[in-house]
Amino acid sequence: MSKKLKDASTIKEEILKQYPPKVARKRSNAIVVNDPAIDQEILSNVRTIPGIITQRGCSYAGCKGVVLGPTRDIINITHGPIGCGFYSWLTRRNQTKPETEDSENYMPYCFSTDMQDDNIVFGGEKKLKAAIREAYDLFHPKGIAIFSTCPVGLIGDDVHAVARDMKEELGDCNVFGFSCEGYKGVSQSAGHHIANNQIFKHVVGRDNTVKEGKFKINLLGEYNIGGDGFVIDELFAKCGITVISTFSGNSTLGAFERSHTADLNLVMCHRSINYMAEMMETKYGIPWMKINFIGAKETAKSLRKIAQYFEDKELIETVEKVIAEEIQAVEETIKEIRPRTENKLAMIFVGGSRAHHYQGLFSELGMKTVSAGYEFGHRDDYEGRKVIPDIKVDADSRNIEELDVEKDPELYKERKSAADLKKLSDKGFEIADYIGMMPDMEKDTLVIDDISQYETEKLIEYYKPDVFCAGIKEKYAVQKMGIPLKQLHSYDYGGPYAGFKGAVNFYKDIDMMVNTSIWGLIKAPWEKEKQPEISANFVSGAV
Amino acid sequence: MNKTEKKHEVTQNACKLCTPLGACLALKGIKGAITLLHGSQGCSTYIRRYMISHFREPIDIASSNFSEDTAIFGGNSNLKTALTNIIKQYNPEVIGIPTTCLSETIGDDVNMIIKEYISENEDENLPEFITVSTPSYKGTHIDGFHETVRSVVSAVSGHPGEKSVNNSRINIFPGMVSAEDIRHLKEIISDFGLDYIMLPDYSETLDGQLWTDYKNIPEGGTSIDKIREMDSSAASVEFGKSLDGTESASRILSERSAVNTFNTGLPIGINETDKFMNILSEISGRGIPEKYLSERGRLIDAYADAHKYIFGVKAALYGEEDLVIGLASFLSEIGIIPVLCASGGNSGRFSEILFKAVPDLSPDETSVYSDADFSDIEEQIKFLKPDLIIGNSKGYSISRSTDIPLIRTGFPIHDRIGGQRILHLGYRGAQQLFDKAVNSVIEKRQDSSPVGYSYM
Ligand code: SF4
Ligand code: SF4
Repeated sequence: MSKKLKDASTIKEEILKQYPPKVARKRSNAIVVNDPAIDQEILSNVRTIPGIITQRGCSYAGCKGVVLGPTRDIINITHGPIGCGFYSWLTRRNQTKPETEDSENYMPYCFSTDMQDDNIVFGGEKKLKAAIREAYDLFHPKGIAIFSTCPVGLIGDDVHAVARDMKEELGDCNVFGFSCEGYKGVSQSAGHHIANNQIFKHVVGRDNTVKEGKFKINLLGEYNIGGDGFVIDELFAKCGITVISTFSGNSTLGAFERSHTADLNLVMCHRSINYMAEMMETKYGIPWMKINFIGAKETAKSLRKIAQYFEDKELIETVEKVIAEEIQAVEETIKEIRPRTENKLAMIFVGGSRAHHYQGLFSELGMKTVSAGYEFGHRDDYEGRKVIPDIKVDADSRNIEELDVEKDPELYKERKSAADLKKLSDKGFEIADYIGMMPDMEKDTLVIDDISQYETEKLIEYYKPDVFCAGIKEKYAVQKMGIPLKQLHSYDYGGPYAGFKGAVNFYKDIDMMVNTSIWGLIKAPWEKEKQPEISANFVSGAV
Repeated sequence: MNKTEKKHEVTQNACKLCTPLGACLALKGIKGAITLLHGSQGCSTYIRRYMISHFREPIDIASSNFSEDTAIFGGNSNLKTALTNIIKQYNPEVIGIPTTCLSETIGDDVNMIIKEYISENEDENLPEFITVSTPSYKGTHIDGFHETVRSVVSAVSGHPGEKSVNNSRINIFPGMVSAEDIRHLKEIISDFGLDYIMLPDYSETLDGQLWTDYKNIPEGGTSIDKIREMDSSAASVEFGKSLDGTESASRILSERSAVNTFNTGLPIGINETDKFMNILSEISGRGIPEKYLSERGRLIDAYADAHKYIFGVKAALYGEEDLVIGLASFLSEIGIIPVLCASGGNSGRFSEILFKAVPDLSPDETSVYSDADFSDIEEQIKFLKPDLIIGNSKGYSISRSTDIPLIRTGFPIHDRIGGQRILHLGYRGAQQLFDKAVNSVIEKRQDSSPVGYSYM
């Protein structure tokens, strides 16, 4: 028996009541009572109102932390005062596996120009150059990336000119810069775009060596948090699919340089990497397709889509064999756990894709996602790419460069004819498309963009969910209210959660969280006395 | 070897955090306060996340949320909008407004904007505003911390008019210590029969209980009204030798209101705790309570019991200057040689203060390193080969690669539970540090012994 959802419009009204009228009007458009049967617009990717506490980060965080962070053989230098670099130092739990023990891995390092007073007054370019030279002398890396922070943009340091000069001076080191000052754009999303642009411009297509393999793909938007990427790589290997490059979990500069030799781009996190997929399609002719390796059903579906794309009988058979093998453990675990999780409620407020992807895992446990939203998604992540032509470009988006990309006269190669691609599209393959989160959510669920701390509290009071998924910033506030919080940025040191193996891990972790007895201890026995039924759980836990 | 010179341009794995973080931490110790960082939202988010990962408590830090235009034209209207929205949502008693690198670089005059805001909203019931200038290209988190304490005191103290001195109350400026440290200090002071005004006091706000109803500003902290009364306390006790002789909060109180100041080191270990106890004894006119005499006695007994395990053991320390000085003092009294004392900060007086505060140390045995990053510290550790590393979580990778045990102290501790509950201060804190230090040494020997004794 499925529980009836509480009325979403009541809580929406209640939330809005507390805001000054102007704020209420704006937030009203960012909170949507979902109905998958109709098209509804959601306000997103707009600047958070000053003074409203958001979970969003800055474009520097999206550029350096998210996209470039997981690449192990590029030295990342933060150009700015110390904080920005320090806070982005190894905080994302991306895993990497260098080929050998002494292969390069600079991920544990955090380099910063640590700007001081006089650099702010007289400019920091000299210091930046010296820092690049030092880093080079120390490690002789293949690549050095420079990330601008807010003050750098203001004092007018030209990091791109510095990069050009240093690249020439060093000779065998690719040096490139990112103008990802935190005030650009409205969230980390702007930084993703900036990162895509520069990697595309300065790295992709520099090495034409073609790797051996029949089915060559790139996996875009998979950052190997908690080892997710390793699980997916293992699945690909079992199926005989060759990964040229992942953007950017467990990645290397060399893999990026060769990525244009793949025949299909698979897009996992649409928000952070769709730019790369599009640019590679235009320049090199590589089609892209949305897939999702979170959840057993979605994983199986994604593998099947890939096999169908390559239209290879053997691959299709192998994929079926692999799925049949892997699904066993999944089904056994579900059978055991589901009676304890059935009908429980989840909420997911995270990221640009995860809030969508993780709903599948919950529904496999019989749980319902009553409310969800992104921290830095755009309308297309909610409503699907079909709305892209209608998205209004505001001042914050306009200052992010759109690259002019053209067909490469030598390297462009058509992988599939337009007609063939259309055929796949018609089968619902999401070729160069993403349908978004809202069509996948039930009627009367609540979709909220850039949820604030205050809205989170209200929501929890109203729905009393059994688990809340977000990040560490929300974690302890939510848990103060007696609701367990699952971190979907860092997985609370758990994971991997991708693929079939990851799904099993996730089921177990959620079972533990929603059924733990500690929440029963919140009220002491003397406070509880008057309540007639004390659960067995509570009594045993209290002694 | 006594290094103090920085020799490189690039900071590799910094041993310091940025100035506004220290400000945000200090502001958590004021009752009903909320913090608004004037700058881009990224700084607020990063700093929040960092503090939360140590304290494991909800921490709200708002931002005036600069856009590219704001960065060019100034943050006046953004700041005002932010203030209005915060007041509406949180109804705070105090709004603390530290600046960031960005607003400092463009030169926003925050005090003037606040003045304007107050006059534009005359009819409203406004909270107290505390502004702090915290550009990160000057100083480190500890400077932001002290600067905030100073700004708070400066903003509300020294009101004209008659005041009658309260002889049984002291002001206490504990510096950047743990929530457990603050709780312990309160206990000690109360046991001397004294009342106190503690600034900051985040012992509840950053180490609170589960809530039955949601509170948008956690309970705890010292109220602004209390802080206002600081100028009529019997004395101020201020921890941190690095503050001695500087424009600190206690100095303001002594200059403006003639409140007597006792500056002393962080009470870590027996010597420094004795000094603190003596100060309290002098102010209260009471002897040291029995309870602490027996804690002290037990501690000395433990020193005697275990001293054979640690005598001559070498340790590397890093952290804020005053914390390192306190730890060095403690270590040297138990016979551990602090072969490296490093700090990411740079007051310019670290080495001088250290050797003065801990006369048993000698520059021949102890390297002092200011403005150090973890590449410097690692280099020194590989050279000096200590038996123990003592400092925050950021030294873990060195500990791992050198196989030298790390004893976690200070901030940030984000790879263990309970960083906010580590007790460093008083005889009791020394006891806990001592047990940890000795056991780390024993454990290392036990683990590497071929026999694996389980009895010693
Ligand atoms: S800009 Fe300054 S205040 Fe902001 S995170 Fe960086 S160092 Fe800290
Ligand atoms: S200064 Fe700018 S780049 Fe640095 S953390 Fe703050 S918002 Fe981000």
